[in-house]
Amino acid sequence: MMAILATPEIYLALCGMILLVGGVFKGDAATGKILILTVAVLIGALALLVTQPHYGTAFEGMFIADEFGRFVKSLVLLAAILTLILSWPYITRNQMQRFEYPILILFATVGMMLMVSANNFMALYVGLELQSLALYVLAAFRRDNATSSEAGLKYFVLGALSSGMLLYGISLLYGFSGSVSFDVLKTVLVENQGMQLGVVFGLVFICAGLIFKTSAVPFHMWTPDVYQGAPTSITAFFAAAPKLAALALLARVLLQPLEGLTTQWEQIIVFVAVASMLLGSFAGLVQNNVKRLLAYSSIANVGFMLLGLIAGNESGIQAMLVYLAIYIVNTLGVFGVLVALRRDGQSVEQVSDLAGLSKTHPLMAFAMVVFMFSLAGVPPLAGFFGKYFVFLSAVQAGYMPIAILGVLASTVAAYYYLRLIKVMYFDEASAPLDIITEKPAAVVTTAAALIMMLFVFYPSLLTESALVAARSLF
Amino acid sequence: MAPWPILSTITFLPLIGALLIMLLARGASAERTTKTARQIALWTSLLNLALAMGIFSYFDPANPGFQMLERHEWIPEFKIIYQKGIDGVALWFVILSALLTPICILSAFSVEKRAKEFMIALLVLEAMMIGMFTALDFVLFYLFFEGVLIPMFLIVGIWGGAGRIYASYKFFLYTFLGSVLMLLAIFVMVLQVGTTDMTAMIGNHFTKDIAIWLWLAFFASFAVKMPMWPFHTWLPYAHVEAPTAGSVILAGVLLKMGGYGFIRISMQMLPEASHYFTPLMLILSVIAIIYTSLVALAQTDMKKLIAYSSVAHMGFVTLGIFSGNLQGLDGAMLVMISHGFVSAALFLCVGVVYDRLHTREIARYGGMATNMPHYAFVFMVFMLASVGLPGTSGFVGEFLAMQGAFQASTTIATFAAVGVVLGAAYMLWLYRRLFYGVLDKADVKAMPDLNAREYLMFVPLIVLVLWMGLQPNGIHDFFRASTAAIVADYQNYKGTAP
Repeated sequence: MMAILATPEIYLALCGMILLVGGVFKGDAATGKILILTVAVLIGALALLVTQPHYGTAFEGMFIADEFGRFVKSLVLLAAILTLILSWPYITRNQMQRFEYPILILFATVGMMLMVSANNFMALYVGLELQSLALYVLAAFRRDNATSSEAGLKYFVLGALSSGMLLYGISLLYGFSGSVSFDVLKTVLVENQGMQLGVVFGLVFICAGLIFKTSAVPFHMWTPDVYQGAPTSITAFFAAAPKLAALALLARVLLQPLEGLTTQWEQIIVFVAVASMLLGSFAGLVQNNVKRLLAYSSIANVGFMLLGLIAGNESGIQAMLVYLAIYIVNTLGVFGVLVALRRDGQSVEQVSDLAGLSKTHPLMAFAMVVFMFSLAGVPPLAGFFGKYFVFLSAVQAGYMPIAILGVLASTVAAYYYLRLIKVMYFDEASAPLDIITEKPAAVVTTAAALIMMLFVFYPSLLTESALVAARSLF
Repeated sequence: MAPWPILSTITFLPLIGALLIMLLARGASAERTTKTARQIALWTSLLNLALAMGIFSYFDPANPGFQMLERHEWIPEFKIIYQKGIDGVALWFVILSALLTPICILSAFSVEKRAKEFMIALLVLEAMMIGMFTALDFVLFYLFFEGVLIPMFLIVGIWGGAGRIYASYKFFLYTFLGSVLMLLAIFVMVLQVGTTDMTAMIGNHFTKDIAIWLWLAFFASFAVKMPMWPFHTWLPYAHVEAPTAGSVILAGVLLKMGGYGFIRISMQMLPEASHYFTPLMLILSVIAIIYTSLVALAQTDMKKLIAYSSVAHMGFVTLGIFSGNLQGLDGAMLVMISHGFVSAALFLCVGVVYDRLHTREIARYGGMATNMPHYAFVFMVFMLASVGLPGTSGFVGEFLAMQGAFQASTTIATFAAVGVVLGAAYMLWLYRRLFYGVLDKADVKAMPDLNAREYLMFVPLIVLVLWMGLQPNGIHDFFRASTAAIVADYQNYKGTAP
């Protein structure tokens, strides 16, 4: 019963190590094969995860397998699979063809899955560090490129600092409660309602460490630089999977072990959510680099998702999960378009480079229109439903002023999504973009666009499984 | 109850048409693509119009409630249902949408650049409009209400004039801001009533203090959409910069969405708050009528003049709605329907000369009655209808609306009457400047009169305008029962303790 619960993670880790050894022997020429094998391994892990019959804790309460974990981990695996699919042509053209690429993504995925399934602060930290270290290296993967190395270094330094804060917070909590296990902490903190200051300090430090990972204000500073500097396919991964895992982790930590401190952490998350929504919306207005613009957009979106967390009930978490799932698909679709854009053999990144895309690549531009309107939250696209549910849960929990700020921030953010559409459709192309024959990226983009457009017809598919997942947290 | 889901059909058929255009209108030759796209679009919209007319065979004019109901589960966990229905108020707006779309598509035959996408956008727009008027579930309502922004933004921004970027942004962001505030109000209502069913909301009594905030949130949205003064500033830009077909749909149907919202939501669901805000609405309406008429007098651009006249007409609509009596509401409905025909036709008329000379400056024209007599006649019919000449459709609604306003407040009605005079002033002066006088400009002289396609666009509208003016009961009979019921309920809530 025990170890079986962690089968997908164990399987992934073992396959990762085998592939690593294989890569060492075969060298960079085998990158393509290793990438395909990695995708196969990830699909296998997804199958194992979805068919897992049991729920419960394992490894003496360090690892928990529940519906929430299953929902989030499936999304993480899906994000990793899609990122690898759209990476392949990109890395061959950008001198990134090294076998470590898919393997690092695989290890990052293992780390994320461990994070989400952690039932103990030590397990959480181990998973977090595994994910983070893999991502630091991936950010700097184009080692001959100054911005990429800068991105990796910034991410590493700031990430190490935030991990340090997290660890300090965990140690404070341990000092005052005597355990790092979530179950024990939950009972201890709920019973001792007379809070000692140290516990609150611990809470703040833990929140600081975790909020860094979700790239929310005020620990968001790394996001624009790292998104801009990292290679585009890695940025796609950053924008999707780690954010997903970090938000799920934050939800689990705040709702389960730290349930006794709800009144305290609610204040923190309210501030973080509002600040993220506002900053992400306003700062994105002046950006000229698409990846940077998407970084600020992701900060704003995290703010909206945290609105669901503020409510602190099932419908709030359900809203957050629905928003998250739609956001992941949306983001991967957008990056599926971005990785395929090149001019004169160079990747394009400026907003003005998208000019006239509707004439040269009409289907790609149409897909971008779908994604942009979905991110802005305009019905009948899927993004609207994400926003609908989070705002509904916020209003239901009594946070009307915050909901008003949220919708105002949505309107402001709509401007820069419209701007991308405007550049693609209303402007004339300055220099023509290369004709892309990127089948893998096109498949990802098309699938994502179709999901965004067709979600309205059958939303229950997602909302029901999100509700089941949310229920398991309470 | 209709034997087949007629309302869903007319909502989704244009989308199927758009999909067909995407799939079938392709090929090496741009000409073939354009031709196929135009044909598919035209026939789809005509088919949709025929189906929409089928509503009359199932519609019971004596029934004031919602008919042809369709109800399906959509998102059960949130108790969001897919519900559609139509009553007398919504009926004519659906017909208006279904009628104006083929006319717009005909007028869009003159668009050469990216015609395929233009046709797709028009069909998607039609689906959104009809969907909104037939929606009886709040999420569905909001979805279609907002959904029109996407195709309209693209229509103005891609095929518009020189200042189209500013116009499209302003239109989108202004309307979006109002609508998201409306979304919050929808949340409050849904959480209180426990369902998103609009028919349940109508029966529910909201306490006055909440109702006032709800009313303001909905006002934010509808006042921008109508548009009401002082939230009207997006309209002149959007109308001037939009292509002809875009302006026609914008003036013909999109503006009516605001009016429909005021009737359906503000009047039916929030009657106490509407009563509370009646003085505000009456004053804003009168300011809109007089102010925008004065501004129209000063315009040198034809389209901008007609755009401001649209705002003035919508002032009559809100005047009629919020006078709170049957004449006012009936008048408002008739003004909206008439304005749908008339302003659509006026923008088409502007499009006729714009296609030929590519300028909208009034000063560039003059004396067109000499060489384009048919066009002059067509323009005169619609110009007089806009003024409200008895015998044309504009008269009936304006008269009733002012009668209703007179019952609410004689001062307001007096000022509104001044507005009628101003309306006549700018319209007659426009006509004189365009058509009478000396024909001394060579390019104006060389313009050909209306061609067959343009006749095809105008003849149905002329017939409708004259028929509505001479026989308004043909239209009035269908919404008489619904408006009577709405006003009766509205007046019963007046004076009820909160």
